[in-house]
Amino acid sequence: MGVYEIIFWFLTVVALSCALGVILSRNPVNSVLFLIATFFAISGHYILLNAQFLAIVNIIVYAGAIMVLFLFVIMLMNLNADTEPQKNRLVQIAGAISGGTLLLVILAALRTSTITTLDQTSTDIGLIKNLGKTLFTQFVLPFEISSVLFLSAMIGAVVIGKKEKENPLAP
Amino acid sequence: MQLDIAFIIEKVLLISVILLGSLGIAMYATWAERKVAAVMQDRRGPNRAGFMGLLQPMADGLKLFFKEEIIPDRSTRFLFILGPALAMLTAVMTSAVVPWGPDIVTENGVISLQVADINIGILFIFGVVSLGVYGVMLGGWASNNKFSLLSSIRAASQAISYELAMGLSLVAMLMMTGSLSLREIVEQQHGFWDGGYFTWNFFKQPLGFFIFLTCAFAELNRAPFDLPECESELNMGYHQEYSSMKLGFYLFAEYINLFISSTVIATLFFGGYNFPFMDQVAASVSPVLFAIICVLTLLTKAICIILFFMFIRWTLPRFRYDQLMRLGWKSLIPLALVNMVITGAVILWVIK
Repeated sequence: MGVYEIIFWFLTVVALSCALGVILSRNPVNSVLFLIATFFAISGHYILLNAQFLAIVNIIVYAGAIMVLFLFVIMLMNLNADTEPQKNRLVQIAGAISGGTLLLVILAALRTSTITTLDQTSTDIGLIKNLGKTLFTQFVLPFEISSVLFLSAMIGAVVIGKKEKENPLAP
Repeated sequence: MQLDIAFIIEKVLLISVILLGSLGIAMYATWAERKVAAVMQDRRGPNRAGFMGLLQPMADGLKLFFKEEIIPDRSTRFLFILGPALAMLTAVMTSAVVPWGPDIVTENGVISLQVADINIGILFIFGVVSLGVYGVMLGGWASNNKFSLLSSIRAASQAISYELAMGLSLVAMLMMTGSLSLREIVEQQHGFWDGGYFTWNFFKQPLGFFIFLTCAFAELNRAPFDLPECESELNMGYHQEYSSMKLGFYLFAEYINLFISSTVIATLFFGGYNFPFMDQVAASVSPVLFAIICVLTLLTKAICIILFFMFIRWTLPRFRYDQLMRLGWKSLIPLALVNMVITGAVILWVIK
């Protein structure tokens, strides 16, 4: 087993066990921390695939920005394991049934699918120069459309967050 | 994949030297801060331990080590310890991509004075900076103290707000360099004067530099933006419950951050290890001596920027929180965007 395989298996074990930790830990702050560790392991996989740009953007955007906001909300809400409300029995059963169905569907889909072997030769498509060129030539229309989507989401957030002007006495 | 033992030893040596060097400089930055404050306020400053108080940082470190360690009863123990550890870790991680000097070419091969020359160096710095928030946030939350929590939330929102303007100000500079690798950016600033204009990025992106500098003040939680440690509102800030060396790590990480970010500013805007007439110097001395001169040049620039940070700290009063947010969102971000548009227009029509 070479260095590459050792790193691959190590990252895989870390990613999977941290992902399990996200759903199994009762404390929401621990869940968020496990999720951050999962992102790091996935970024490690990206680096193994020679996609350095994707790896670092994954860390900046998800681990650095979105997870900070998650942590923000959870800390302010002060959720603890013992204040977790008891769920309705009916909801629990419904959750179990729908989750089981989803698992069945995934298993059925995976059973018939063929596993395509990946190219062993390293590609340079993940490097920032090639990625930028591809995004701005071949995929320029989807790229611009998704940026318009982001812009509309941003404007929507500003509109929702804006203070109401009509009623100055409202709290 | 073949492991290269000599390569690993070389990198480990380089990393140890950089780590110890930045720890030493951070230690003496605390001394320099007190001396600068003393001079500006017409006092003497530390002058008991050793000549001119030069042993004061050692005494302070020793004091912090020997103090009693208190972990509050109602705190989250693991996260309480993780907080300062993360703060320290993210503080020293940035030093990996800084090119400390030019390659030393000898008969036996090339020795690089940079730990990792990755082609996304600047993005790496942004990644580490955005992770730096966790040390403060986790420590503040795990202390189970209202002041700590408020302070850590302030620190986090301040860091996130100013990261945006910081990134936008650098985008304009990256449009001119056309590369994200710090080594290439430094090599483009070779010498001081070339082709009828300055080579240093400061002269090409003055507005970008001032935006970046302001954001660096905010990211470092230094006055006039040291809201997370605003003692009149929050007692001591996010490290209120910390004692002994855990407190020391938080304070120390701040000074390491100060040193590393000064180095990054020097690298990005003031030519890194480049200095005027460097070609003539390189021709007349041996490559090793030339590399040492280059490293000393970078350190001198970094120390000048550190001193500038200190002068600002003891000159300006602290901002109010709403003023800080207004400056970040309503002034710096639009200014950075305008700077980006102007740079794009100049590249399109003037430089070509």
